[in-house]
Amino acid sequence: MDTAQVDRIIDRYGAEKSSLLAILQDIQGEEHWLPREAIGRVCERVGVSLAHLYRLATFFQAFSLEPRGKHICTVCMGTACHVRGAPMLVDKLERDLGIPAGGTSDDLEYTLETVNCVGACALGPLVIVDGEYHGNMTSTKLDKALKALGKAPVGADAEPEE
Amino acid sequence: MARLSSRDDLEALRAQIVERLDPERKAVAVCAGTGCVAYGSYKLTDAFRAEVERLGLDVEVRATGCHGFCERGPLVVVYPQKIFYQRVQPKDVVEILEKTVGEGEVLERLLYEDPVSGEKYTYEEDVPFYKHQQRLILGNNGRIDPTSLEDYLSIGGYSALAKAMFDMGADAVLEEVLAAKLRGRGGGGFEAGWKWKGCKEAPGQPKYVICNADEGDPGAFMDRSILEGNPHSVIEGMIIGAFTIGSSHGYVYVRNEYPLAVERLGIALQSAREAGLLGEDILGSGFSFDIRINKGGGAFVCGESTALMLSIEGEVGEPRAKHIHTVEAGVWDKPTNLNNVETWANVPHIVNRGSGWFSSIGTENSKGTKIFSLVGKVNNTGLVEVPMGITLREIVEKIGGGIPGGGTFKAVQTGGPSGGCLPESMLDLAVDFDELTKAGSMMGSGGMIVMDQNTCMVDVAKYFLDFLRFESCGKCVTCREGLKRLWEIVDRITRGEGREGDLELIEELSECVADASLCALGGTAPNPVLSTLRHFRAEYEAHIRDHKCPAKVCKELITFTIDAEKCTGCRVCAKKCPTGAITGEKKKLHVIDQTKCIKCRVCYESCPTKWAAVVVE
Amino acid sequence: MAQVVTYTIMGAEHEAERGTSLLAELRRHGYEVPSLCFNENLSPYGACRLCLVEVKKGRRQKLTTSCNYPVQDGIEVFLDTERVQRNRRMVLELLLAQAPKAPRELRALADRYGVTDIRFPLNGDEECILCGLCSRTCRELVGVNALTFSGRGDRKHMGTPYAEGSEVCILCGACVHVCPVSCIDLSESGGNRRIRRWDRELPMLVDEFGVPTMTTAQAEYMARRTGMPVETFGTLPAQRRSEK
Repeated sequence: MDTAQVDRIIDRYGAEKSSLLAILQDIQGEEHWLPREAIGRVCERVGVSLAHLYRLATFFQAFSLEPRGKHICTVCMGTACHVRGAPMLVDKLERDLGIPAGGTSDDLEYTLETVNCVGACALGPLVIVDGEYHGNMTSTKLDKALKALGKAPVGADAEPEE
Repeated sequence: MARLSSRDDLEALRAQIVERLDPERKAVAVCAGTGCVAYGSYKLTDAFRAEVERLGLDVEVRATGCHGFCERGPLVVVYPQKIFYQRVQPKDVVEILEKTVGEGEVLERLLYEDPVSGEKYTYEEDVPFYKHQQRLILGNNGRIDPTSLEDYLSIGGYSALAKAMFDMGADAVLEEVLAAKLRGRGGGGFEAGWKWKGCKEAPGQPKYVICNADEGDPGAFMDRSILEGNPHSVIEGMIIGAFTIGSSHGYVYVRNEYPLAVERLGIALQSAREAGLLGEDILGSGFSFDIRINKGGGAFVCGESTALMLSIEGEVGEPRAKHIHTVEAGVWDKPTNLNNVETWANVPHIVNRGSGWFSSIGTENSKGTKIFSLVGKVNNTGLVEVPMGITLREIVEKIGGGIPGGGTFKAVQTGGPSGGCLPESMLDLAVDFDELTKAGSMMGSGGMIVMDQNTCMVDVAKYFLDFLRFESCGKCVTCREGLKRLWEIVDRITRGEGREGDLELIEELSECVADASLCALGGTAPNPVLSTLRHFRAEYEAHIRDHKCPAKVCKELITFTIDAEKCTGCRVCAKKCPTGAITGEKKKLHVIDQTKCIKCRVCYESCPTKWAAVVVE
Repeated sequence: MAQVVTYTIMGAEHEAERGTSLLAELRRHGYEVPSLCFNENLSPYGACRLCLVEVKKGRRQKLTTSCNYPVQDGIEVFLDTERVQRNRRMVLELLLAQAPKAPRELRALADRYGVTDIRFPLNGDEECILCGLCSRTCRELVGVNALTFSGRGDRKHMGTPYAEGSEVCILCGACVHVCPVSCIDLSESGGNRRIRRWDRELPMLVDEFGVPTMTTAQAEYMARRTGMPVETFGTLPAQRRSEK
């Protein structure tokens, strides 16, 4: 991310402390993480310490200080989704993608995240794959989504043999 | 739309819009709330528009805000008859246009059918889900396009603002809000009028008005639907509030996880500004006020007012002590009035119809209606708006339609992570602020999660502790360490490693967490575990003494086996098992090796329902 | 002109400037109130929860930390009530479980207030109690901002950005001095000063006797703050670091 890009974002809101969250959100929105050079530039222009920005970036769950994967799977962990079986879906995704919740694969292809409620409770349990909402998820439906990502587990297509 | 420089301009424009309205106008309103959008409602709207154009019809296609009956989305209402169609697919579009819109013929297959009685309902107001509600705030969602200021004007929008500024004046508005006894809908339940008064009288300029749209309680999405479906109602409320208090700057702090709400609110703010309803010299009154949107960063604690204000300032959301109230010293130490989305949405109604009308709804100390998100193990999941004082049973059974799949009601959780679980014996409780608190829960923002016999209450307590532990800002030892240790104890119990004395330790530690923590997050954090202990103690004891999970949820305490009578040897489970724990030949009984089984439930889910041979014990 | 208020502590009447820290006042009058995260030279934080007291204002009486409670007219302060003691003991138990290397300061408090058992699993070798005094000192007094909290909830952590040695840290040792549980190590050898916890090592200046005095970074910092030439610092007698 180059300086001009960061400056553009800063100037959108004004180089003030009260704009910090909005600036970081836009950087996160464009880059899918907060590159270190971008953080440095924001500190310089807004006049806050690296310590302050680091604190903000690690306090709020919306920000990632590490690059994230090309494909992002987010499982909603709201209460309604929980009672409808979300934890089982998280376990399955951890197994099938080979990464822990919150982690990114080494090849930067996949990121698995959990989020504390997107407010689509009627559709629970819900998994968001690359921005698309998939409701009423079951392990079978998840297999289909995983197949589309090229990560179908063994037995994903299994049909009953009569 | 041209800028409106006076009340007369506003009313002249409104008259023009209303005159153009034809009550017999043919229209289809397609719900475009987040839920229905996830079900594909944009494709539906596109299909309707394409067909209308292709057939050259004079039919309005309107994408509206959330209609509330999320379980049955995508929802379509056909006007002028208000025929209610549910679970509509793009393939139904042509038929709807030709038969229903064209000839008034009802398509039976798209009507709502009561799962118990089998009765079908044609009109929206007759559908049991809607019939027992009082939809003052949400009712307009289905009637307007949330991105259209004209639509909002057509239903009387901004008339309350004009009345407040030109007929009443700040003092009279304050008197009305006080007399209405409007209590905060975000969780605190504090009377809005008193906050407004405190802020109005506090010295210092500028004053700030904030709308808390952080809606962090998992399972609650009332505020999202108001912002997505009728953002102008919130804006109007805020302008009236700012006018009363004497504030020039407003913020709406919206949760980061609500991109559609942010988008629709942004559109509404822009159109209000262009029309002169927001910004400098509103409607020529001399009063200036503008609103900025701040997005949250994914932190539940920022729903707490001092944390929210700090985050607006560019600081981390660590709550601070409220020995000096925020109405006197809030954002940047200036007088600040913060209210929840639903609270603000009530204000125009109170101004237009009066405190007498408002306080005639509800109970002695809880006036008006409240929107609840009724979710979980319930048939009719969605948003329910009811007068305070209705019973839990009416909400869960009459409106909610009871438990799906023949299940049995076990508990309803209210108030989010600050609230508690109420058992079957309390279903006849009148829902209002004080009654819920007395019962060991609280109203909170309105999340209502229904649980059935397949829900383990110890697991629910663990879930909330896990949530709170992660969301705590981490400042206070009692909250940070206390929640961690409470989680550890409950976690041990769910794994069959509970000990005698654990329950007493939970109670002792909970008391300290609630008593000695700074803010309401810590202060209410023990409620879920304490309420489940209070009403479901036997379930905890079964985990500790018998190493059993009666609801068959806790992994370490259950086993999966295959019923020899039912298994047909179809091989599906064996193929899907991630650890290769299932062996068996085709057409022969399959067996699960307990040493390899990781209790992932995949076999349980994938065994075809006609056999359902996998058993959990 | 500051407003003077009247209030009571355990029934005895006292006067104070309105808005002063209640804890500071309590100690000024010789009352014993424990605390770990409070320092009169820094803004109060209210993390450790040890300085709890009960305050009655009007009809309402509540349990509150005293460090960040601003004294107001007419309040009645109660120390060591049953509620205060009960909570204080649990706080100490939680702190001992959190930082089980049990630095003597924490143990002394536990003994003083009767905490003997720790009923929670111990948190390994952890020493830091997350009081924040080090970073507050670095920010408010020294002004270099090398230290910060990161994360949230029970993952909250004190350290430097990206957990690397901070370029702005001058190794002045103020954090070492202010830490209430002495868990920040400072050592000097081979002409360098080092704080292992912050992964920082810098060369030192010596006086005419060859005794190390301060880091070169500190001398530069002092030159910046005072406007005096940098040679003034670190090489003259009586600028040695004081004996520990």
